[in-house]
Amino acid sequence: MGNKTFDRGVHPSYYKELTSGKGIQRAALPKTVVIPLVQHAGTPCEPLVKKGEAVVEGQKIGEVKAFVSAPVHASISGKIKDIELTQHPGGYRCAAIVIEGDGSAKEWGRACNGADLNALTPEAIREAVREAGIVGMGGAAFPTSIKLSPPKGKAIEAVILNGCECEPYLTADHRMMAEEPEKVVWGLRALMKATGAAKGFIGIEENKPDAIEALKKQIASSPEIQIIVLEAKYPQGAEKMLIQASIGRKVPPGKLPFDVGVIVNNVGTAIAVYEALNWGKPLIERVVTISGNGVKEPRNLLVRIGTSFEEVVAQCGGLVDGKEIEVLNGGPMMGVAQPTLAVPVVKGTSGITAIAADVIKSSDYEPCIRCASCVEVCPMGLMPYRLGDYGKAYRTADFKAWDGLTCIECGCCSYVCPAKRPLLQWIRIGKLKLRHEAQKAQAPK
Amino acid sequence: MDQKTMENKELKEAPSSEAPALAAARLVVSSSPHFLNTESIPKIMHSVVTALLPAAAASVYFFGWRALLLIIVCVAACMGTEYAFQRIRNKPIKVYDGSAIITGMLLALTLPPGFPVYAAILGSIFAIGVGKQLFGGLGYNIFNPALLGRAFLMATYPVLTTTWAEPRTVEKAVDAVTAATPLALAKFEGKVDFNLLDLFIGNTAGSLGETSAIAIILGGLYLRYKGYINWKLPLGYLGTIAAFSAIFWLANPAKYPSPLFHLLAGGAMLGAWFMVTDMVTSPTTSLGQWIFVVCAGIMAVVIRLFGGLPEGVMYSILFMNAFVPLLNKHTRPRIFGARRGKE
Repeated sequence: MGNKTFDRGVHPSYYKELTSGKGIQRAALPKTVVIPLVQHAGTPCEPLVKKGEAVVEGQKIGEVKAFVSAPVHASISGKIKDIELTQHPGGYRCAAIVIEGDGSAKEWGRACNGADLNALTPEAIREAVREAGIVGMGGAAFPTSIKLSPPKGKAIEAVILNGCECEPYLTADHRMMAEEPEKVVWGLRALMKATGAAKGFIGIEENKPDAIEALKKQIASSPEIQIIVLEAKYPQGAEKMLIQASIGRKVPPGKLPFDVGVIVNNVGTAIAVYEALNWGKPLIERVVTISGNGVKEPRNLLVRIGTSFEEVVAQCGGLVDGKEIEVLNGGPMMGVAQPTLAVPVVKGTSGITAIAADVIKSSDYEPCIRCASCVEVCPMGLMPYRLGDYGKAYRTADFKAWDGLTCIECGCCSYVCPAKRPLLQWIRIGKLKLRHEAQKAQAPK
Repeated sequence: MDQKTMENKELKEAPSSEAPALAAARLVVSSSPHFLNTESIPKIMHSVVTALLPAAAASVYFFGWRALLLIIVCVAACMGTEYAFQRIRNKPIKVYDGSAIITGMLLALTLPPGFPVYAAILGSIFAIGVGKQLFGGLGYNIFNPALLGRAFLMATYPVLTTTWAEPRTVEKAVDAVTAATPLALAKFEGKVDFNLLDLFIGNTAGSLGETSAIAIILGGLYLRYKGYINWKLPLGYLGTIAAFSAIFWLANPAKYPSPLFHLLAGGAMLGAWFMVTDMVTSPTTSLGQWIFVVCAGIMAVVIRLFGGLPEGVMYSILFMNAFVPLLNKHTRPRIFGARRGKE
């Protein structure tokens, strides 16, 4: 307590002890990978390879000439088996490239003391980051190169690294910070150099003392980088909440972190930047926490992009037997439930959480008793019980007037509701309905 | 060692599309968040019932078994009415969620000790029937059902609702059957010096559960500890009553009783901790809650000092209940990052 934080929010049970002490292990090399052409927020990639073609690990296999996009790379060497529609862990279907591996693995590099940053220009860093297909690794998967190219006239004063990891169960960021602090700090320096930011911050929740310790040692002689210990509270890792908590600036509604002179990147992203610039390694694998009471042996694994959930979960002892289980891409607060385990790990998969039925909510709900809990926890200052009613009833005008579009979908409202009303679900309906109406209005008659 | 070999075995099997460990599991899909806290409406309501127990116990101590009888009758009548309505409306039966118990207890605690049982039943039926179920049941009512029931009785049985008895702990005057409440003494006889300790403990004439401030505060603090009431509601209400009555007391202490008297006498404590804080009928926004309690507090004092009645807590809360939808609409919290004064 007493550490910095944002207003409101909730304190769920974290259950991080299941994996927080377990070192990152390399997952078995998959025989087949499925690499979706959409692994980022933005325009989908076009395949650069054809069926039957041989590819090597790290080869670029998908790209598109759009500003907001990030290329995808082969995560194993082998042959292109097919290009087909696949179930994406984000909850939709999209085209994906299937690679059948030849069983070989490439050695990318081991050195943890990065190259001299003075030798690199901001343009070179941006270009390398784009080429490596690096996206935000906290879950939203926004292309990092875009963040490094702020619009003209917006000076970036600080880069904030997000090491909050406020989702229950997840410990991937925690382990990365504790095990590879030198890469995190080098990556942060590279991001600062690319944006011309004079200052760097690393925001970490107080429940990761070993990570804080490791990073503090790493920055001992760097006054321009500061570690900010934050209260363990959800959603501390939401971009706007993190900016407010760490440097006290509030991003106005509808604006971006650029507008208050900062950019925020995940610590995993910083490590990816390190590996891209020093080892020439594109984003082809990531650390994933596999946890929850529905999985037998929770672990932190370094997984190749495109490995199926099924294969990853199997390496953690499999799911517990005989129970209804919800398997999530991400943590329990914002994760997307999977209808099948035949979905690939993507760049934004920070965790695979399996929750067994006894913790899963029931679908019954009761009338709202106006207890105001949702209003008291909403980090965005909204009135969720109202927005829920408007969304559910398709009252889009009211929904918009009460700032429903400002919702960041953290789920605090549903979490605290004593009547167990699925408030966020209804708010999503409201948002979708609004988007739908806007599309209709735009479409030529 | 065993686990290790098992793990390796599974590693080898994993790439096949039907890993045996997974085939058995049934996947559930729902919208996030997938974690919910353990609160529920029955849990909240039963905590409120628990919090009312000290006040109920105090009423039995001061007014004897008759108090217990009234409480039981009111609770039973409220639950019965709730059941009947839910049955008739073909709604799920939720009599045991505790909300009807609260209404029954609160109504009983606001009645005089000698109140007839048949009238108490009538009041309970009105409280739940008209005050709650006709609006659509829990969550949809505008007014606090217990207070509405009490107001109904006030209008229907004006004499019965204002005939008080001394607690049995007080040495009775010869053959005295009725007694005046401290508020009535202050109002109609201009009395200003009261034994505040008696008021605090509850050793005075008054409604069943309103007299003992200490018992009510105990229950209120329990609710605060459980996190079910917002501190600004009870403290804002009591604070306003104290501050506003202090103005008159300071101006003329010979004519107006002290703020402490206003806090301890009548229904102020019960109202502040259990009625102002009623979730359904209080505002959901911070600013709305402040306006709600400040206006209600001022109104209670105005009625007490200048109105025709000795007590104003009930009407002050009922009156402000009516403004809650309006307050909720016009006191929106400022959204994150929005500038002051801007939509």
